[in-house]
Amino acid sequence: MAETISLEVFRYSPERDAEPSFQRYDVPLRKDWVVLDALNYIKDKVDGSLTFRWSCRMGICGSCGMMVNGEPKLTCATFLSNYAREQGPLRVQPLRYFPVIRDLVVEITDFMTKLQSVKPWLIRGKEKPISEGEYLQTPEQLDRYKQFSMCINCVLCYSACPVYGLDPVFIGPAAIALAQRYNMDSRDEGAHERMDILAQHEGIWGCTFVGECTKVCPKHVDPAGAIQQYKLTATIERFKSFLMPRGAK
Amino acid sequence: MAKQSNEPVLWALFSAGGVFAAFVIPVHLFLIGLAFPLGWIPAPGYEYLHALVRLPLARLYVFALCSLALFHWAHRFRYTLYDGLQIKHLNELIFFCCYGGAILGTVWAGYLLWNFR
Repeated sequence: MAETISLEVFRYSPERDAEPSFQRYDVPLRKDWVVLDALNYIKDKVDGSLTFRWSCRMGICGSCGMMVNGEPKLTCATFLSNYAREQGPLRVQPLRYFPVIRDLVVEITDFMTKLQSVKPWLIRGKEKPISEGEYLQTPEQLDRYKQFSMCINCVLCYSACPVYGLDPVFIGPAAIALAQRYNMDSRDEGAHERMDILAQHEGIWGCTFVGECTKVCPKHVDPAGAIQQYKLTATIERFKSFLMPRGAK
Repeated sequence: MAKQSNEPVLWALFSAGGVFAAFVIPVHLFLIGLAFPLGWIPAPGYEYLHALVRLPLARLYVFALCSLALFHWAHRFRYTLYDGLQIKHLNELIFFCCYGGAILGTVWAGYLLWNFR
């Protein structure tokens, strides 16, 4: 198959370039190739200086997220052939709303800090002794949070979220979805600790329910749903603390 | 809680207004806008509707519909101005106008319904 597809790839090296630019590459259009394969082809055969993150090639590690024709995508799961019929070259850019380190690599410390702030781990008031056995969970209890546990921290949802774009203090979709993953876990007792962070204006109340986060999620997590769900929880807690000022927590 | 925000109260009004309006306004539109004028359902007379609105429960219903729908509008419009027009720096003014408008509308609806004869 002699067919090729043109890629227009974002290039930026802060030490060298005053401004970012786009570089065009022609790569073989193979039916089984994803955008990441094309980038690896460029790096191996055409231009070794192209920089991008990737690891597992199977939608687990969450490191190859980029903007493909303006949409946040995992490049390991985005087939070139889907774009073959489109006019003009395929544009590959770094994930939107994050600072660029070099070429397609972005700096996600902001997300990592926010993620940590919601304490995404099991919190127990008091651990029971090992002799009492494990913490059992029914399939129904597992189902309550399971979809949120599928998040791979690829931050596509941040690049899709216009609220995060306008106001970067917003804690963002994945962090809230992951907080809910633990809040809804029957073994967890840390919901009130997370509430201090989540119920602030920069937490759930920043969200205006655009819903793009859920649309772009490659793992079918529903962060927008998690946020709306949590708005209801926070509202109920607020009314409870109003009605029972001392006993609410 | 570290910082008590007003947002839960405003959001509760917003979401109650949204749900209420989404469920009942289409019914009103269907009845008054289509079914009655096109004769699909025999239209009730003026006297009948007048008597209906005089019932305290019907008045409460109309009041809740007007007020909650206005609070729904206020919340949505506030965020449209913040994000759509990106004028968040006018925060206080927008907040005052949106929810102030909703409160004004609520008071007005209350006044009219209270004095409905």
